[in-house]
Amino acid sequence: MKDVFIYDALRTPRGKGRKDGSLHEVTASRLSANVLNALKERNNLEGHAVEDVIWGNATQVMEQGACLARTAVLASDLDERIPGLSINRFCASGMEAVNLAANQIAGGAGDGYIAGGVEMMSRVPMGSDGAAVAADPSVAMETYFVPQGISADIIATEYGFTRDQADALAVESQRRAAEAMADGRFDKSVIAVKDVNGLTILDRDEYPRPGTDMQALGALKPAFKDLGEVMPGFDKVALLKYPHLEKINHIHHAGNSSGIVDGSAGVLLGNEEFGKKFGLTPRARIRATAKIGTDPTIMLTGPVPVTEKLLADSGMAISDIDLFEVNEAFASVVLRFQQAFDVDPSLVNVNGGSIALGHPLGATGAIIIGTLLDELERQDKEVGLATLCVASGMGAATVIERV
Amino acid sequence: MTDFTINKDAEGIATITWDTQGKSMNVMNEQGFYDLDALVDDALADDAVKGIIITSGKAGSFAGGMDLNVIAKMKEMAGDSPEQGLFDGLMKMHGILRKIERAGMDPKTNKGGKPVACVMPGTALGIGFEIPLSCHRTFVANNPKAKIGLPEIMVGIFPGMGGTTRLVRKLGAMGASPYLLQGKQLNPAKAKSAGLVDEVCDDPMAAAREWVLSAPKIVKPWDEKGYKMPGGAPYHPAGFQTFVGASAMVSGNTQGAFPAAKALLSAVYEGALVPFDTAIKIEARWFTNVLMNPSSSAMIRSLFINKEALEKGANRPAVADETVKKVGVLGAGMMGAGIALVSAMAGIEVVLIDQKQEAADKGKAYTETYLDKGIKRGKVNAEKKEQVLGLITATTDYAALADADLIIEAVFEDVGIKAEVTKAVEAVISEDCIFASNTSTLPITGLAKASSRPEQFIGIHFFSPVEKMLLVEIIKGKETGDRAVAKSLDYVRQIRKTPIVVNDERFFYANRCIIPYLNEGARMVTEGVAPALIENAARQLGFPLGPLQLIDETSLELGVKISKATKAAMGDAYPADMGPVDDLMYAMVEEGRLGRKSAAGFYAYDEKGKRQGLWEGLGERCPVAAEQPSLIDVQHRLMFAQVLEAVKSLEEGVLEDIREGDVGAILGWGFAPWSGGPFSWLDIIGTPYAAERCNELAETYGDRFTPPALLKEMGDKGQSFYGRFDKAAAKAA
Repeated sequence: MKDVFIYDALRTPRGKGRKDGSLHEVTASRLSANVLNALKERNNLEGHAVEDVIWGNATQVMEQGACLARTAVLASDLDERIPGLSINRFCASGMEAVNLAANQIAGGAGDGYIAGGVEMMSRVPMGSDGAAVAADPSVAMETYFVPQGISADIIATEYGFTRDQADALAVESQRRAAEAMADGRFDKSVIAVKDVNGLTILDRDEYPRPGTDMQALGALKPAFKDLGEVMPGFDKVALLKYPHLEKINHIHHAGNSSGIVDGSAGVLLGNEEFGKKFGLTPRARIRATAKIGTDPTIMLTGPVPVTEKLLADSGMAISDIDLFEVNEAFASVVLRFQQAFDVDPSLVNVNGGSIALGHPLGATGAIIIGTLLDELERQDKEVGLATLCVASGMGAATVIERV
Repeated sequence: MTDFTINKDAEGIATITWDTQGKSMNVMNEQGFYDLDALVDDALADDAVKGIIITSGKAGSFAGGMDLNVIAKMKEMAGDSPEQGLFDGLMKMHGILRKIERAGMDPKTNKGGKPVACVMPGTALGIGFEIPLSCHRTFVANNPKAKIGLPEIMVGIFPGMGGTTRLVRKLGAMGASPYLLQGKQLNPAKAKSAGLVDEVCDDPMAAAREWVLSAPKIVKPWDEKGYKMPGGAPYHPAGFQTFVGASAMVSGNTQGAFPAAKALLSAVYEGALVPFDTAIKIEARWFTNVLMNPSSSAMIRSLFINKEALEKGANRPAVADETVKKVGVLGAGMMGAGIALVSAMAGIEVVLIDQKQEAADKGKAYTETYLDKGIKRGKVNAEKKEQVLGLITATTDYAALADADLIIEAVFEDVGIKAEVTKAVEAVISEDCIFASNTSTLPITGLAKASSRPEQFIGIHFFSPVEKMLLVEIIKGKETGDRAVAKSLDYVRQIRKTPIVVNDERFFYANRCIIPYLNEGARMVTEGVAPALIENAARQLGFPLGPLQLIDETSLELGVKISKATKAAMGDAYPADMGPVDDLMYAMVEEGRLGRKSAAGFYAYDEKGKRQGLWEGLGERCPVAAEQPSLIDVQHRLMFAQVLEAVKSLEEGVLEDIREGDVGAILGWGFAPWSGGPFSWLDIIGTPYAAERCNELAETYGDRFTPPALLKEMGDKGQSFYGRFDKAAAKAA
């Protein structure tokens, strides 16, 4: 197996995923093309430079449908001989794109790949692509389907996390993100989104609410209580699956859950020859990748078993990891990861996470790999693990190591 | 003889009349379908016929539904491959209804065809409503007592003759759900505003004739291009919310324990995504699936066929009519007041006696309050209230009992007091009068000792609250005679409840089974099983209340009282393993945690007495163990604790008829209705597995799970309870 290196990683800023969000005017293919063009420019990717563009997206309908990856390539300045592959592993799509590309290269199927993803949540809302897992009774009832927010609250109930713990994690995410932005830590990886005339539409993350405190969060109502307890009553479904629980403790709300945003990210991967060919210096090696299926009802505990699997498969120990990115889909997901591995919270999501910065579903996996790499470089540390929980009960993880 | 006849008149209307021989209401059977089919063919082929009216020969009703006996046997009659046989049979019947619906129209242009009206003189249920749904227009007589709906779900199936597919296409998934998922029935006026029927009229036949001859548009919306489901198909944004919510609601409401609801919802969802004819095929596949599930035949057998057989006196001794004219109720407490209420509601004269006039009056006032509530809901009028109250005499005077033909004693549960009352009453009542005790725990044979005519002494055990509970347990003492049994059965028939007749052993049948269920729940608490797991496990089995909640409802004090009395009666034979349960219950009662009545028990209650969560202090007394048993272990403990008592009741002759054991369990204490009852459940899981599983449970959890000799024997032989003990089958053979 050949070593696979990350040569570059960049992303757009994350725009608020609403009608008044700055990126709402941008199409999915144009935002993707912004990222692809930036990668091409920064790394001189002329001609048939990479084998494929693997692009994650979690809502593949309308403008994100019909193999958005290929559409994005065609909308970009990349050579038309470069094809495109759209993939969907929900929230881990961007990471899965990276892992898939890495494993293709390691297996000898090409020297270089672009991997990443996009999600225009303001334009193609979550759930627009339907979901048999939720709507088809044969599946939904058999698997005890509940929406993610309920799952996050099940995690809190099952593992004993309080509203205060969740809110404290959110406050800290905001504090860290604000500090990182003030410190310019994202600057080298965030590209400005430009319009057709080259005018800047957005050049910095707009979702964070610096200064968020416990009191502000304390005023928010639990977001999933009514869905759970009243209509249609998902808590009863949860208790069918978790009969040892008496009731579900609803602790999550908009302030301690990931933000709905628009955004895109890309990673340039290749083997040693690829770097030599384009005169690029490798920044990190992909050391291990993993994915796993888990209980679909609690749904979002995947980071724990997928990390366990990754460590076992690669012969590593949790203590070998210097820094962690655990996607802040919901506060309880990160709390559970920290609890399970007893890791120091100061090593997890050092520059804040999706609670403060937002979670563009198809892109986040690629974003956090880039953020992790930047931070390893900043702190001059070696090994980092990025992991995400995934809808329908899955998990994905990547370990990178600086070279 | 055929149930369907046709009459073609000069105006060109063919009227097909349904008139089931020997029944007061039409019911459908297999032959009926073929007869209807032939007549529809005839009318469609006859050029002189312009339109068709399908109606009923019964005054006041169209049809009551499918003959459930037929449904119960469909599986067995379906041949070597019952799935294929059922599916093919269903598709054939669908073809007939679809033929009515298409009525000869051109499949592509929807041109041509003959209008088909359905004239419903009244009640139209099940297939009796599915046929009208396939017609082009429905005309219902303005008959406020008539009921229209699809009650199939209540016996463990769902509307499988197109009712599901057609109603969803008519009303949308959300709109159709109360009728499909809850079996909600409406009177004609409400049915019209809900969109179930088209017209309600004083002379539906005349209206239908006029319509048929008016060359109306007959194509159904779902057969037209561009049809959109009301409320949205599953992947329409609004429809999506409905479907996602529907699965959750059905799961929550049924606790996953009723396969028919799940199958129904799948038929609705999958059918909503395809054209009508494909949807019908899907409906037939899921309906076949439900019919193949042993739960549906068990539910139909217990909740319909056997329940009705018991109500009609399946086990009534062959003695002359014993209809009750005047009942004397002794004791005007909660039970006595309830007994007076249901008796008067049934038109029986009641003498309600208590020691003090005000207590007797209070007992009568219970009926008044009940009727006032009925007036508020528009179910009772002032005249009815007057009439019912007029039937109840509240008094302290035993002399008023002189011409009563049945006495029901509902005084304090104490042998001495009961004996005193028995003697005093027998002094004034007539020679023929039957004396019944509404005791729940005291042996009838013992109580009968106070009687000078023990052959006329019997137990009539009501459940609380009397007006709500559907079951009455009749207990024969050693000397109880046939006339006392017949009198009790006739009385239960009059008050429209379901009787079971059992012999006299400790706790009779119902309480004998319930008490171990409660004890097993409490025992698990003492073992450190999470109380929520115990309660949820029971609810997921389909029990309305978990054992801990049921203890709270019936009161821990009563539990302790029963346990003390049992201990006294059994002496050394009292099971040693009851120690921890008794300790817990005694201690809780000591602390004043008596259950709901003291607003403190296994659950916590707020100031208004509303139940909150499980009592947190329980964890201090019985810490929850780190390692929890599997759900199935908890469920099997709760099930077998009851079921083995049912088997022992049969073994010991307390039960003489397993049908009573099954029906009584479901109606008496809500035993897992999907199973059809304890014996049906054993047949579903198979006696060999049941016996083996009990051995495992006995090894892990104690001797009380050791399979009784009967179960062991049947397991060894691979016998089923309904194969060996079914009295209905024995009679038929």
